[in-house]
Amino acid sequence: MDDLRKFLIDKVLLSDSDTLAPETEKVLRRVRREKLEHAVIFISSGTHSIIAGSEKTRAAIQSYIDENEQGTEIVNVGCNGPLSFEPFVCIQLPGKNRLYFRNITEEKVEPLLNGIFHNDINKDDLAGQHGTKGFELWPGIPFIDELPFFANQKRVVLGNCGCYDPESIDEYIARGGYRAYAKAIRHYTYEEVCDIVERSGLRGRSGGGYLTGLKWKQALNTPASSRYLICNAKESDPGAFTDRTILESDPHRLVEGIAIASYAIGASSAVVFFRKNSEHAQQRLQKAIDNAREYGILGHNIFSSGYNLDIIIRKEPGAFVCGEETALLSTLEGKRGMPQLKPPYPTTSGLFSKPTVINNVETLMNVPLIMENGPEWFRAMGTQKSPGTKVFAIAGKGRMSGVIEVEMGTTLKTIVEDIADGIREGKDLKAVQLGGASGTFIKKENLELPVDFDQMAEKHIPMGAGGFIIIDENTCIVDLVRYFMEFIRNESCGKCIPCREGTGRMLEILDSVIKKPVNEDSGTTLERFKGVMQLETIASVMKDTSLCGLGQTAPNPFMSALENFREEFEEHIFDRKCRANICRGLRTFSIDVDKCTGCTACASKCPVNAIYGTRLQPFFIVEEKCTGCGICYDICKFSAIKVK
Amino acid sequence: MSKDIEQIIKKYKPGRREELIPLLQEIQDEHGHLSEQAIVRVGNFMGLSTTKIFGLATFYDQFRFFPSGKVNVRICNGTTCFLNGSQAVVNKLKEETGLAPGQTGRDGIFSYEVVTCMGGCNNGPVLTVNGEYYTSVKPEQIPELIKKLKFIIEND
Amino acid sequence: MLFTITVNNKKIKAEKGETILSALNRNGIIIPTLCRMKDFTPTGACRMCVVEVEGRDRLVTACSQPVEEWMKIKTHSPRVITARKTIVELLLSNHPDDCLYCDKNLNCELQRLSEELNIRERRIRARKIRPRLDQSSPAIVRELSKCILCGRCVRVCEEVITSTSLDFINRGSQIHVGPAMDRDFNFSSCIHCGQCVMVCPTGALHEKHNITEVQEYLNNPEILKVVQYTPLVASGIAEEMGIRYNKEFDRILNSILRKIGFEKVFTTGTGTDICITEIADQLKEKLASGNDTPLYISACPAWVKYAEQFKPDLLTSLSTVKSPQQTTGVLIKTLVAGQAGIKPEKVFSVSVTPCMAMKFEARRDGMMRKGISDVDSVMTVRELARLIRLYGIDITNIEPEPVDEPMSGRTSSAALTEVSGGYAETVVRLLWYDHYKKEADKQAFKKLRSGGAFREASFKIDNTDLNVAVVDGLTGLDKLESALSSGRKYDLIEVMTCQGGCVNGAGMPFSASKEDKKGRAKMIYQADDSEALNLPCKSPVLMNLYEKLIKENNDISDKKIFYTHFEKRNVLL
Repeated sequence: MDDLRKFLIDKVLLSDSDTLAPETEKVLRRVRREKLEHAVIFISSGTHSIIAGSEKTRAAIQSYIDENEQGTEIVNVGCNGPLSFEPFVCIQLPGKNRLYFRNITEEKVEPLLNGIFHNDINKDDLAGQHGTKGFELWPGIPFIDELPFFANQKRVVLGNCGCYDPESIDEYIARGGYRAYAKAIRHYTYEEVCDIVERSGLRGRSGGGYLTGLKWKQALNTPASSRYLICNAKESDPGAFTDRTILESDPHRLVEGIAIASYAIGASSAVVFFRKNSEHAQQRLQKAIDNAREYGILGHNIFSSGYNLDIIIRKEPGAFVCGEETALLSTLEGKRGMPQLKPPYPTTSGLFSKPTVINNVETLMNVPLIMENGPEWFRAMGTQKSPGTKVFAIAGKGRMSGVIEVEMGTTLKTIVEDIADGIREGKDLKAVQLGGASGTFIKKENLELPVDFDQMAEKHIPMGAGGFIIIDENTCIVDLVRYFMEFIRNESCGKCIPCREGTGRMLEILDSVIKKPVNEDSGTTLERFKGVMQLETIASVMKDTSLCGLGQTAPNPFMSALENFREEFEEHIFDRKCRANICRGLRTFSIDVDKCTGCTACASKCPVNAIYGTRLQPFFIVEEKCTGCGICYDICKFSAIKVK
Repeated sequence: MSKDIEQIIKKYKPGRREELIPLLQEIQDEHGHLSEQAIVRVGNFMGLSTTKIFGLATFYDQFRFFPSGKVNVRICNGTTCFLNGSQAVVNKLKEETGLAPGQTGRDGIFSYEVVTCMGGCNNGPVLTVNGEYYTSVKPEQIPELIKKLKFIIEND
Repeated sequence: MLFTITVNNKKIKAEKGETILSALNRNGIIIPTLCRMKDFTPTGACRMCVVEVEGRDRLVTACSQPVEEWMKIKTHSPRVITARKTIVELLLSNHPDDCLYCDKNLNCELQRLSEELNIRERRIRARKIRPRLDQSSPAIVRELSKCILCGRCVRVCEEVITSTSLDFINRGSQIHVGPAMDRDFNFSSCIHCGQCVMVCPTGALHEKHNITEVQEYLNNPEILKVVQYTPLVASGIAEEMGIRYNKEFDRILNSILRKIGFEKVFTTGTGTDICITEIADQLKEKLASGNDTPLYISACPAWVKYAEQFKPDLLTSLSTVKSPQQTTGVLIKTLVAGQAGIKPEKVFSVSVTPCMAMKFEARRDGMMRKGISDVDSVMTVRELARLIRLYGIDITNIEPEPVDEPMSGRTSSAALTEVSGGYAETVVRLLWYDHYKKEADKQAFKKLRSGGAFREASFKIDNTDLNVAVVDGLTGLDKLESALSSGRKYDLIEVMTCQGGCVNGAGMPFSASKEDKKGRAKMIYQADDSEALNLPCKSPVLMNLYEKLIKENNDISDKKIFYTHFEKRNVLL
């Protein structure tokens, strides 16, 4: 181990030439498992996989190997496939292309491995083969790269995910990792690194789209005795899982990105602000940092360059608003996480009043690649004003979901139809929701929109951090808007009036729209209409005057839903109908007289006494009294209650 | 109990406010909640008033002020699980236990929390019981699950 | 450096580095504000002061945004007015509707804003939650349902008073302000100074009323109703009633109080004179014995509670002499009651003060004798003004009257103790006169009168050095501590919680302007300069009290009634 470590540091990291000596390359090929003497089985091991049962699969594979194929290696890798393929298993026999199998739960292990080791490939669970130069093709087996899910992606930031053991720093270095960092701190000045990143045109990937190099320069040019770099790995957007997947699959690249960024701004302390409930990802990142220290990548006088750096992890104690820059700084300083006034901006006066740069995980993941391949390489991807790629977490009702990466400029249509492969169960697409709880809806008709900061901003669609939800006709937009509003209301910090009160009022009004109170009289109807008329004013004042991004973007789901799906809102408000049949409060129930036996079970349970009838005769529901709670529907043993 | 707090506090330097939250997090992880005694002691140690420590701790979701139940259920209500019907599961949990999220029952056996996105987006709605995962949970399964868990605890 | 900006299409001059708000105010344009406090950094919590700045897509808060050259600002465009109106309506949607019953009716900033913005319709409704009332403090009542979460009380308690008894709890719609562990005031480290009440814009924090209790007793013919008031109260009442104060008003106030129904009217100043004399004696004794621990003046009850909580090792250095209110009170219950031939249980003694902590002091353990409180009820200046209005007294039409015997007067020193530095000054002056039989030069006290939160001066009486320190507002305690730890020694230390002294106490009128506040101290200094009766030892009333009355009365001849004790408090710090 120690020999390998010394070898990697001296011969690889500290090598000043662009190409490495052939003997060095030979060793690296072995570490990368490009030359195999025995079979290797790769198992995806992220949280998604564990929930799908990958631990049990692993145990089953281990016991099979112990019995039958000793010498076979099992390697845990990160996620690179769609969630629907989990547990995702890849088998590589010496000299042959890798074979990928999907949904390998523990009972499928034995037949699969029996087949593989006896040259009988089970085609049912086969996802495809992955070709590498110098390895033998499997005849008659399709290439996994040709699946629309993979073919339409450009996996650069996620390039390492699923390809190596994220807990092995040796493999990362063997794949070229940390070289860009070693080069930067020994041969470039801080300014030069900032210049390179600025020339590449990299823009902040948390949704803001601010030029990263420019932000770094602002901090660098503020005179101070110390500076800080903070990596915002909080991602507590409900439904986003990009950062967690990246951290579980390729933590070393993030460490390298943080290290280069810290160097660029002249910071000797970096903090990773980590989301809670991600123990697995946190363990991997901590191990990566610990290993980096052991290899001299972090510490004092790194590689004799005179540069010092240490990275610490701080777990967020649980508040969505702490994703906002100034609130994040307050939390790190040990105070309540309330956003503060800007100016002063964090790059001038941030953590402990020192210049601080806060970058998103995805932004930092791009940095080592830019340093390694040059800014022109980065600019060659994507669009003119938004170079590079964007990572999304596709979720919702699409057939395929997972963490994907596309070149900027790809249209949303490609993502939905090709990558996500359309809607499950043959349903119709209703909309795409980008950006999580502060995001907007995009109707089916507008999906030709390319992924590009400026083009989307023109249409008032913020890019967001990567949340991408696909919604079908069976989702009620009003219910979803209410869900986001409840989330925002719970997470509002309460400091400024428009957000604290505004989110509360908007939620109450939305509640009144999707629920039908008992015996609604004209007074309450009038209240409801009055409330609804206020929704737009409250929403626009919240947008205009809130202190921080949370309040300013809180009305986004509502306003974009109103713009794109006004009829659905009006149906809820005026016709009291929910076309997707989701809003329980607006359902109407009726009794099928042919099936009803008059058992009185429903009438006795009805909380508003809306069901009438005589025993052993079909019963009858009074529509005006019914509040749509559905208790009768659940109770009826004869399926005699119909939902309208 | 207070010996434990002292052991934890010993690892930190006094008067450094930036270590306040990690210190409270460690006490929370160790004891499962922050007792009044712990808050007063931490305030003393940090040189901050109890009011400030309490105000800070109540801002964040991680800190509880009374112990969670022996059975702690966490149910995911992230966007994807929501679209797959997790709200109905949450409502059923509320109905069956009579507790609000974050509360612990009087008998100290049961408590539940609603969290966002545990990572089982393809297998939702997802919930964990003391760390063990249950996937594709339907509201109808809740009463049975609660009964089974209570039985296990009571006969442990 | 001045430059031009455009506001509402007119050009005005602005200074580099100032905020939009200050530039606007200087040019006569007023923008509504709510969470803003003068001399505090802005927090941006209320969003009321938003203005439209060309080129910015969102509205900008004027209180925090620095001006930039060529800015084009609109302060009252339709977009801005809608925003301000909606913000107030949002506040009102969650606010109780009982203005008519509220303590702050006619004095409430939310009312004023609502009126200014012409809100005439309830457009936004909410389920109003009614959290509990905290009446556990003898001085302050907390009504959370009226709180608009501006954060002023939290900041004052932390940054000015330093006891940090209040903070925000929870977040979002659950957010509220409360003491530690969300308990009531009586468990907390609150020192009852009431400065939070002075800054609260609505009726969420207000004083506990003793006015109803006083009214009940005023109607009881079997009780002897006695009132005492501090010298500052007269000018406070004048301010509150909107008339110009002059020295005659003191005697007019006596008459008003009698018209209300008090049978005996006294000035707390008599008690103050006794206190100054007793403290001077304590100081003399200390100097003579060579004891070099400082003697802390304990007339400020909020400071005493602070010391009992946060600085229990100082308790043995606090002067055990009671405060002026309690001293006068105890004389009323013993001497005055005795002279009137009435049992002390049948005396109802009221004190009117510019202070709210005195309501707490009257209930203290050491302020009772044989189960009878020295002072039964304490009213603030504001409460007395209410009482005067309630009783329909036309203050412009009253004849002046003197106070009652035997405590029929006070010196100007008594009034001087109500300004920060004044107490220490009067004690030193008395010692000086006692020794040299002539008055000390007033110039020597300049250093004690003004110069920041921590002031010091040295005097020499023969060969003895007399080092005096004055802490003006509890933020000065830090500086005192560093001076003490660096080896400096003091003989007499005066600590006042309210900045400026009792002239800025929490019982004084709310609507006092900065000029009014400066004027209060100025009037006291002027009176002290012009009055002949400027030292307790020159006062015949005091001499009579000491030589004859106190000596003759067996009960009180040992003067123990003028002394109290302190003990450590166990509260959530």
